Amino acid sequence: MNVLSSWRSLSEKIIIPIAALILSLVVFGIFCALNGTNPFAVYSVIYQSAFGSAFSWQGTLVRAAPLMLTALCTALPARLGLVVIGNEGALVMGGIGAIAAGLAFSSLPPLVVQIAMAIAAIILGGIWIMGVGALKYYRGVNETISSLLMNYIAIAILNTLVEGPMRDPSSLNKPSTYPLLEVNWLQSIPGSRVHFGLIYGLIACVIAYFLIQRTTFGFGVRTAGGNIRAAKIAGLPVGKLTLAVCFLAGSCAGLAGMVEVAAIHHRANASLNTGYGYSGILVAFVARNNPLASVLVAILLGGLLASGSGLQRSLGLNDASVLVFQGIVFLVILFSESMYGKLDFFKDRQVPPKITPSTQPIA
Amino acid sequence: MKDEKPLYIPRRQIIRGIIASTAFGVTSQLWTGCTPSEPTTTDTTATPPASGSELTIGFIFVGPKDDFGYNQSHFQGQGVISQLAGVKTVDEANVPETATVQETMLSMINQNGATVLFPTSFGYFDPHILKIAKENPTVQFLHCGGMYKEGVHPTNVGSYYGYIDEAEYISGIVAALTTKSGKLGFVAAKPIPQVLRNINSYTLGARSVNPTATVQVIFTGDWSIPVKEAEAANSMVDQGVDVMTCHVDSPKVVIETAEKRKIFCTGYHVDQSQLAPNGFLTGSEWNWGKVYTTYVEQVKAGKTLADGGIPHLVRGGLKEEFCKLSSYGSAVTDATKKEADAVLAKFMDGTMVIYAGEIKDNTGKIVIAKDKKLMQTDPTLEKMDWLVEGVVGKIG
Repeated sequence: MNVLSSWRSLSEKIIIPIAALILSLVVFGIFCALNGTNPFAVYSVIYQSAFGSAFSWQGTLVRAAPLMLTALCTALPARLGLVVIGNEGALVMGGIGAIAAGLAFSSLPPLVVQIAMAIAAIILGGIWIMGVGALKYYRGVNETISSLLMNYIAIAILNTLVEGPMRDPSSLNKPSTYPLLEVNWLQSIPGSRVHFGLIYGLIACVIAYFLIQRTTFGFGVRTAGGNIRAAKIAGLPVGKLTLAVCFLAGSCAGLAGMVEVAAIHHRANASLNTGYGYSGILVAFVARNNPLASVLVAILLGGLLASGSGLQRSLGLNDASVLVFQGIVFLVILFSESMYGKLDFFKDRQVPPKITPSTQPIA
Repeated sequence: MKDEKPLYIPRRQIIRGIIASTAFGVTSQLWTGCTPSEPTTTDTTATPPASGSELTIGFIFVGPKDDFGYNQSHFQGQGVISQLAGVKTVDEANVPETATVQETMLSMINQNGATVLFPTSFGYFDPHILKIAKENPTVQFLHCGGMYKEGVHPTNVGSYYGYIDEAEYISGIVAALTTKSGKLGFVAAKPIPQVLRNINSYTLGARSVNPTATVQVIFTGDWSIPVKEAEAANSMVDQGVDVMTCHVDSPKVVIETAEKRKIFCTGYHVDQSQLAPNGFLTGSEWNWGKVYTTYVEQVKAGKTLADGGIPHLVRGGLKEEFCKLSSYGSAVTDATKKEADAVLAKFMDGTMVIYAGEIKDNTGKIVIAKDKKLMQTDPTLEKMDWLVEGVVGKIG
């Protein structure tokens, strides 16, 4: 890797995303100006409420934390060529597993309880998406449709449990399970108000990256994702790979459910299902299913959500304008993908053949 | 070579991603670099001037502010107090009941200088409001739902709620006097006490003037699922229901479906007459503007929840102007208006009791004994888990 000789292709990776962000800000600025809001005030608020201070950074990270984990639920199977969008369902199942374990073992030491909650969430979320993988591999059921539909099943299971067998009778108007004991709550990272779920997300993304990019297992996954027939001829256990990857994917989203239960809600109820799973799909798509890039995209999305909040509070923009802003940013970033390899300026002069296969093998 | 390709491309993506986000941070840092940087600690010092001259009040909504429903009713209340002198309101809509609402509350306190917060959704209370209230003892947290418990919850939390079932009772009277088939329809979200109480009051009102009337209930299972609400409404029309009402977050779909199917309807949360110009009869509306104005006056007089100047639990019905009846639609006859107004007058002078025995549930069990009268303030009514005789449908 000679950095100096490939400065042109390196600068492509820097300039195109920056240009995309600037372009989306300009477009939104024009939109605001047409609506009679000063675009520069808008920019200032976007920055101040997302990244402007330690306070805003924490708000951004709090919003980003669950998205890192739920993004993996789409990103991992994507390397196998599967489009799984069952993130929400796996998160909900993980939440159910976590609260069940947390209540069942509540008398044990807090660390043991938290580990039990995490394991229960991982297993339940994992099995949920593994079911999607099994349906796909053994029965040929389209994994996108089945995982989407399984979201509704998971939500229905949650509502049934919370309004029936697991209901705390004192939760009158918002049916919930019994609360966790306070000692078993997942605490915030010392000195901040960001909970430990952020660390879980970072670790999971790094592990996922090395698993996919640096191990024979990951190589097998990528090969099967590239051409399933070739992988079978090469003797790869495609069925096992499918089930394993789907289990890992679901377990990440399940862990996100555990964090929501243990750190935020301290009980399970309908608030578990608020769209973190669907935002995770967006993160995975924008990060092009790369686990490490998911971390950064999740933080960017967290910042966008935080600035959306700031725009409503400080400038009185309505919530629809905020959605317009978030939509513009993601559309421009996705469109900017098509610019890679198109501009002659960014082509390295010495060794062009290395760069030419710029299209994703798995998309 | 073949081995290298899959390794190479992702690396390129990672670097691209890393740079994209840091670049965003860096560029934004640079462009506001010329404005004085604002460390978090200055936020607290920025609050006193704001509260000294002007009172900043924050409103948080779980859905859009123009949903023709729950959120709009609170937004109208915000509109009323934002007109008061020396009051500034900030708001944020579409805030889910997760860590996000905690962030929004903190930002309103630290970045906007809010000293009074109205996080309006029921689900914000536990654990979100309780957590943030404990950390910010000088801020007043006022929550809609009536969940405050003395000694359990932080002292700077207050709750308010209205006995809107009084307006439902009158809606039931108007509906029963208008129906031809004797079948009324009620689309409800969840079988929780607040909703059951509205269904029961509506039914008792209807059967007080038309003892053979029945109310068909369908629970959709969630607060906002427009498709199921439309399905429920349509299927009830197919079964002969000719007056429809609902208790969901946004009654828009049910009211519009009723109008499309050319039947009558009564509204909920806010005035929905413009959604159904032909079939709209009347409806139950919240009147939060009145409630909020009282709170603002108390805060301005220097009172707080913690010192007991502002009561922790505030409740009221039609008489206390917590709720009101929508103006009658064109389909309501003069005779019906007269009958409904007579009951309204009884509510206004405090002599009306909805839950006066003997009342049976729809399985025939006596739930309120003969000669027993449960006043609106009675806590047993807030634990209601039965459907009154005349309701077709069951819980669970």
